[in-house]
Amino acid sequence: MTPAIDHTVINLTVFVLAVFVGYHVVWNVTPALHTPLMSVTNAISSVIIVGAILASGSAERGVGVLLGTIAVALASVNTFGGFLVSLRMLEMFKKKEPEQKAP
Amino acid sequence: MSANEVALSYLVASVLFILSLRGLSHPRTARRGNLLGMVGMALAIVTTFAIANRIDLARVGIGVGAVIGVIVSRRVQMTQMPELVAAMHSLVGLAAVLIAFAVVNDPSAFSLDVPMPRGNRLELFLGTFIGAITFSGSIVAFGKLAGLGKYSRLFSSAPVVFKWQHIVNLLLAVVMIGAGLMFFASSPESQWPPFIAMTAIAFVLGVLTIIPIGGADMPVVISMLNSYSGWAAAGIGFSLNNSMLIIAGSLVGSSGAILSYIMCRAMNRSFFSVILGGFGGAEGAVATGVQQKAVKSGSAEDVAFLLSNADSVIIVPGYGLAVGRAQHATKEMADKLIKKGIKVRYAIHPVAGRMPGHMNVLLAEAEVPYDQVLEMEDINADFGSTDIAFVLGANDVVNPLAEQPGSPIYGMPILEAHKAHTVVVNKRSMAAGYAGVDNPLFYMDKTMMVFGDAKKVVEDIVKALD
Repeated sequence: MTPAIDHTVINLTVFVLAVFVGYHVVWNVTPALHTPLMSVTNAISSVIIVGAILASGSAERGVGVLLGTIAVALASVNTFGGFLVSLRMLEMFKKKEPEQKAP
Repeated sequence: MSANEVALSYLVASVLFILSLRGLSHPRTARRGNLLGMVGMALAIVTTFAIANRIDLARVGIGVGAVIGVIVSRRVQMTQMPELVAAMHSLVGLAAVLIAFAVVNDPSAFSLDVPMPRGNRLELFLGTFIGAITFSGSIVAFGKLAGLGKYSRLFSSAPVVFKWQHIVNLLLAVVMIGAGLMFFASSPESQWPPFIAMTAIAFVLGVLTIIPIGGADMPVVISMLNSYSGWAAAGIGFSLNNSMLIIAGSLVGSSGAILSYIMCRAMNRSFFSVILGGFGGAEGAVATGVQQKAVKSGSAEDVAFLLSNADSVIIVPGYGLAVGRAQHATKEMADKLIKKGIKVRYAIHPVAGRMPGHMNVLLAEAEVPYDQVLEMEDINADFGSTDIAFVLGANDVVNPLAEQPGSPIYGMPILEAHKAHTVVVNKRSMAAGYAGVDNPLFYMDKTMMVFGDAKKVVEDIVKALD
């Protein structure tokens, strides 16, 4: 029997495929929205909050829990700040559409 | 929730993140994209809540972060977006480092084997040092963008260079990797010293790699740090065997990398020439000989007269528009001209401003319809048939020297404002641009200079147009 595949190899597979997806998706982003792209990706990278929640929820109390909780707060600033500021910017890009149709 | 249910739920969140970026391909679908991103993030957090041992502290953390995030996102001015983005990159970087420390402290909290397997150690090392560099590098970038240069030379918008700089950086990088390898080979008893040393050196490296990069190269730096923050998240995902973190991190990482590439291409410089820094250091030296040459300067009234007699106008905004917060006044001016039957459009250079898309957001804030705002390749051919090119606080991006072999900016794609029948340039002074290169556009017979703060000048033009 072949031994089980190492976690690292599975991770690498996911990683390589995700880079390809990212490459193709991002090239399609219109240059006018490059600033919102940065703030949205910023918000998305705050998904490491998942790791922070696990650390903060560790059964073993101690320094790990403290670090995790601080990390949750830091990442949460990005989650909320990043998506909301993107929303604010994208609303601005929206407002003009009715004007456009009017003469 | 079973492990499989968690993994599937994370998969749905990952797909939502991909769709979120996909939505940004057009302003019409962009808000939906942003919304999908929010849903994905909410799903990721709720799922993680379901498997964590305790969530009371995490809830407090999220609450605190949410309050700060909401306040910041409401208060921030659009002209401050580059600083905000830099600050947020630093948070992701620091969070990655803190999580890494928690993992080393207690791998079992993350369902990892104890002692941690070698593979996870290697991945943790990568995630930590990239996170640390992202954190300190973004702090420096934030300082440079927020104009904190007066408090510390570290934040000077001019490049900070010293002798042996690159050698020092290289040595530090080698020592850091050495410490990382020691951590890789270490046992739980001996793991802390190399891990802490590695992180500390990475913090220093982050500072040292960003200080030599000057203000106008910030679009590249900020994209690069965007990319790093993604790779840091992916690195943490590797060490936690979490596919969602890997996917989200890779999306962000490749996004930042592509933006860096686009910015470098728009300056015709290699990525390495930008990150090695020191560009534009001769700024003062070149600028001194400039004053003697004659320029034709005019008042806001003169410009208003020229504009109202034109049939077509192209406005070229630059960093000066952002500094002067002149976007609203500019829109008002454009509206007045449009009412007179004049065709007004805006030409955007990819590196105008301090971050990718900076000008587009400012104009959107002022409610300029986005079909009036054109990218360089779409509008360059039209300058020749345009009456007036109105350059508002831009310099290097309209410098015709870029077409002259031998000049320092030769080969940089520019907006061909010099081809318009008449050119009006607003600048605060005759100082040379970031590249430290004189701009022949200012001395052309058909060019009129209007000196002063962009907002003040444009407001005066608006008054004169009545």
